[in-house]
Amino acid sequence: MLPETTHDQAERYNFLSHLNRHLAARVLPGVERAYRNEVAPRFQARRGREPADRHEARRALEGHSLYRTWSALRRNTMEMRQQAGLSVVLPQLPALVERARRTVPAGKLQLNDAVRTPRYLTAVDHHCMPGSYYAERVARDVSGAANYDSGLFVTTGGLLGRFADGGGHGMVAFVRKLRPGFAPRRILDLGCGLGHNVLPVAAAFPDARVTAVDVAAPMLRYGAARAASLGVGNVEFVQADATDLGQFEDASFDWVQSIMFLHETSLAALRRIMGESRRLVAPGGLVTHVEQPRYGVAMPFFEQAMRDWDALYNNEPFWTKLHEIDLDGLLVAAGFDRECLIHAGVYAIADNGGFPDAESEDVEDYGRKPAWRISGAQVPA
Amino acid sequence: MSEDRTSEAQEPLDVLRLTGAKARGKRPYFFDDPDVERVLAITMAVAGELAVLRQRLDTIEELLETRGAVTRADIEAFEPDPAHAERRGRWYQEYLARILRIVQQESEALDRGDEPTSEEAGARLGKE
Repeated sequence: MLPETTHDQAERYNFLSHLNRHLAARVLPGVERAYRNEVAPRFQARRGREPADRHEARRALEGHSLYRTWSALRRNTMEMRQQAGLSVVLPQLPALVERARRTVPAGKLQLNDAVRTPRYLTAVDHHCMPGSYYAERVARDVSGAANYDSGLFVTTGGLLGRFADGGGHGMVAFVRKLRPGFAPRRILDLGCGLGHNVLPVAAAFPDARVTAVDVAAPMLRYGAARAASLGVGNVEFVQADATDLGQFEDASFDWVQSIMFLHETSLAALRRIMGESRRLVAPGGLVTHVEQPRYGVAMPFFEQAMRDWDALYNNEPFWTKLHEIDLDGLLVAAGFDRECLIHAGVYAIADNGGFPDAESEDVEDYGRKPAWRISGAQVPA
Repeated sequence: MSEDRTSEAQEPLDVLRLTGAKARGKRPYFFDDPDVERVLAITMAVAGELAVLRQRLDTIEELLETRGAVTRADIEAFEPDPAHAERRGRWYQEYLARILRIVQQESEALDRGDEPTSEEAGARLGKE
């Protein structure tokens, strides 16, 4: 389903990939030295103490011209990437819409006009994507998804693999180790987007019936067509709100999961998502939600401040708040037993032919490196 | 539940306007003077277009060298082999290092402490 790129369009992406890499590898280390050599000592001299939290550290950084330069370049690179992607997708949109329509197998796409776009998506356009995930620029639109898919490697630098599915592969490896022989019959993926990460899960459990839900119809139309074109036949893409999945009966899934979805929701949504996870998982089943590592007490405020950058300046508004939320507490409040909770880290496993993978990659680009944590539970049989 | 809504008659998209559309959410400005940030954004966009043009020239040179002739279709279909792709990647890194030289030098200055200006050094040398 990937949109076609002309020679020059592909080079615009390459330029932006290399610019992101240059900013991470060549400019960012200077920002760290600026903090150590100038920002932190000035703060100490003026206030007679160290910064008390990541917000103070960030506000102090914002006074330094190197941080400003790096930030201005990075923000501009995100904006250029969006323009580059849309300039690939929109001229060929009628053909993409038609290809998606023809490719989706019967029954694998269920849209529901009654699903409203939640406020956590409409407040700002995530990742500075004009139109976000849900804009309907034309009838049967797939443009937001095609843009997302087409330029994803520009931001991730190949760390998620050529199909951007490293998170899914990482989860499969984790679950196989946690539960050798686990053979779920029904799997639910929440906030699936265009299904990058659910496809390796579905491929790993070919006998399972996989339901992938999202509120954004353009992502689902594109995702259902993409799954078919990649030969994955056991996923149905359903337009639904993960906070209200009343169409599914209690205990109807053996594995309820999400990958990098929670940070794009809200506190109220999070409570309800955990509640629905508890209601929908069957006895003996598994719940896993993959997210960014929480800022621990051992993480320096400088690093926390840098990890907040995408939240504040790349329109990921809930990202920084999520780090202050006790997910274990929410899981317990939703009805999971505390002794059944899962705590683990997971790395993306990238199938990428040439790009370095996340574990061996030594360039830190705060928050964009695919090294995550799992929050969830194993439910007693 | 429906398979999809029915298509309606459509106005053609204003592609040029939509590709550069602003994302929802107030834009952050990092410099005190937003005019500076605007010029930086325009400069980087020009730098990007120059890189695209340079790589197109590299493609044409490669095609001419290997085939002796070039068509637009050849350019569109061109895929550098791995060694050539690596050379192009190295060129990007060199190019960006040249464009962003002042940022590198300001970063290096952070570890140099309080360096004298040439004027200050000259004044001192005149007394020694």
